[in-house]
Amino acid sequence: MSAPSSLPSLPRVFRVRAGVELKEFFRQRESVVFTLMFPVILLVVFGAVLDYEIGGGVSFTQYFMAGVIAAGILGASLQNMAIGIATERSDGTLKHLAGTPMPKAAYFIGKVVQVLAVTVATIAILLVVGKVLYGIDLPSGTQWLTFAWVALLGSAACTLLGIAVSSLPKNGRSASAMVTPFALVLQFISGVFFRFDQIPEWMQTVAAVFPLKWMAQGLRSVFLPDALAAQEPAGSWELGRVALVLAAWVVVGLLLCVRTFRWRDRADG
Amino acid sequence: MQSCLLVSAPLDADADAAISIRGLVKRYGDRDAVAGLDLDIRRGEIFALLGPNGAGKTTTVEVLEGYRSRDEGDVRVLGQDPAAGGRRWRSRIGIVLQSGAGDSQLTCLELLRAQAAYYPDPRDPVEVLELVGLAEKAGARGRSLSGGQRRRLDVALGIVGKPDLLFLDEPTTGFDPEARRQFWSLIRSLRELGTTMLLTTHYLDEAEELADRVGVIAGGRLVEVAVPAELGGRQAAPAVVSWTEDGVRRSSPTPTPTAFVAELAGRFAGEVPDLAVTRPTLEDVYLQMIGQPAEEPAR
Repeated sequence: MSAPSSLPSLPRVFRVRAGVELKEFFRQRESVVFTLMFPVILLVVFGAVLDYEIGGGVSFTQYFMAGVIAAGILGASLQNMAIGIATERSDGTLKHLAGTPMPKAAYFIGKVVQVLAVTVATIAILLVVGKVLYGIDLPSGTQWLTFAWVALLGSAACTLLGIAVSSLPKNGRSASAMVTPFALVLQFISGVFFRFDQIPEWMQTVAAVFPLKWMAQGLRSVFLPDALAAQEPAGSWELGRVALVLAAWVVVGLLLCVRTFRWRDRADG
Repeated sequence: MQSCLLVSAPLDADADAAISIRGLVKRYGDRDAVAGLDLDIRRGEIFALLGPNGAGKTTTVEVLEGYRSRDEGDVRVLGQDPAAGGRRWRSRIGIVLQSGAGDSQLTCLELLRAQAAYYPDPRDPVEVLELVGLAEKAGARGRSLSGGQRRRLDVALGIVGKPDLLFLDEPTTGFDPEARRQFWSLIRSLRELGTTMLLTTHYLDEAEELADRVGVIAGGRLVEVAVPAELGGRQAAPAVVSWTEDGVRRSSPTPTPTAFVAELAGRFAGEVPDLAVTRPTLEDVYLQMIGQPAEEPAR
């Protein structure tokens, strides 16, 4: 046997995994259409249909912008991870990787890069389409900062949650059947499609458990004039609480991932 | 059939052993999936593990691959306990799973390049594609390949890291005979590169064709280990001469088939109708070992 050469460095393997994950996503027509383009289609359709003012000279589309970006983040992270990883678990990709000397962390780094790329692409397209088609007012000054931390924290929470949820369904198809309706209902009660203050109170309470409501709320502070904070059920944007709840979900999601992640299919023992 | 020859005495767990197993036990609930198994596989050897479904084949192999924990016993794979095998150890083994390597949007070459990046001293992905006969599919995506081509891709992924030891779990299930023959010649060329291989299979002809030694596993135990030609004392079993006489099919076991046929020839004064001389096939001895009801117990 020849002298042992050294194992490839972590950054190198991380780069390779990031490349793999980006290709896997952007080459798959279904994922590009449903995850990346679906929020854009929603924006185009809702912006055209729900053409009214929500008060203070602000259009519903301006309000919807915050919600649809939150929904886009949810799709790029929670839905994308839950369905993608469940599929890779049931088709043997994960088991195969676990049998190689790839450091396990590299798999998750690759996924995080994928989520970030898809999230940034989704947000960029939404902003451009919103501006060009509906004359959305883009954020300015420190609003960008709020935008960045809400998106980052929300996407971290939802990515971890998606990885944890991926262990529940039997395979990719049942993951899609499970996660898609859940996400849709969550969008309805979290103030994505309708004004959150007009949703029945008990639904608001349910929505407040999950991250989507808080992402949408945080993003409303970015896209709406401060005067409209009075319309919120709490009477303010509650940015501190937004940060707290999302951070709590990051911790919960991380614990769930560590406890539940499996490299092999349940049917496989 | 009584004279089961234990052809190869167990090796010492020395440096020559790629795999060494002593007293392996794996339980699922109160069922012993593997119930005390001993086995040594030499470096450079192709070893085939045969056995019916549920006999403990896959469980044993997955313990060796580090996928499963064990309940009892001592296991060494390339000198290390697979339960504690790190990246360095993993870089020396290759695994071709029954389930394959999963679906992908990447091309064959991209998949191999990514896989090669996990190993310290990989083979050239382009050369590996040539070796498995997929050179012209380098730019094709994994999912566009036929079943046989996908299996070759799985093998390519298994060997690109230049493993010292390759696990092949039922590599040719679902192949047509032509694809299976091509696959066999691929395995033979890997042997020439010095790779030790542990192969599990349902196909006796595959084991006979490829393996230096065969182990038959049944009920979680290794029933016998032998070279294929000698499994179950096959080479020493009496030949059976059969022919047709007075419109009746007749057969007789004999230790001296040549003399027997000569005598028959004298009796018939010329061609013996429907003459055949047979010895038990690998399948005959195998079925008997795994406890399937034999068709003619006392032949």
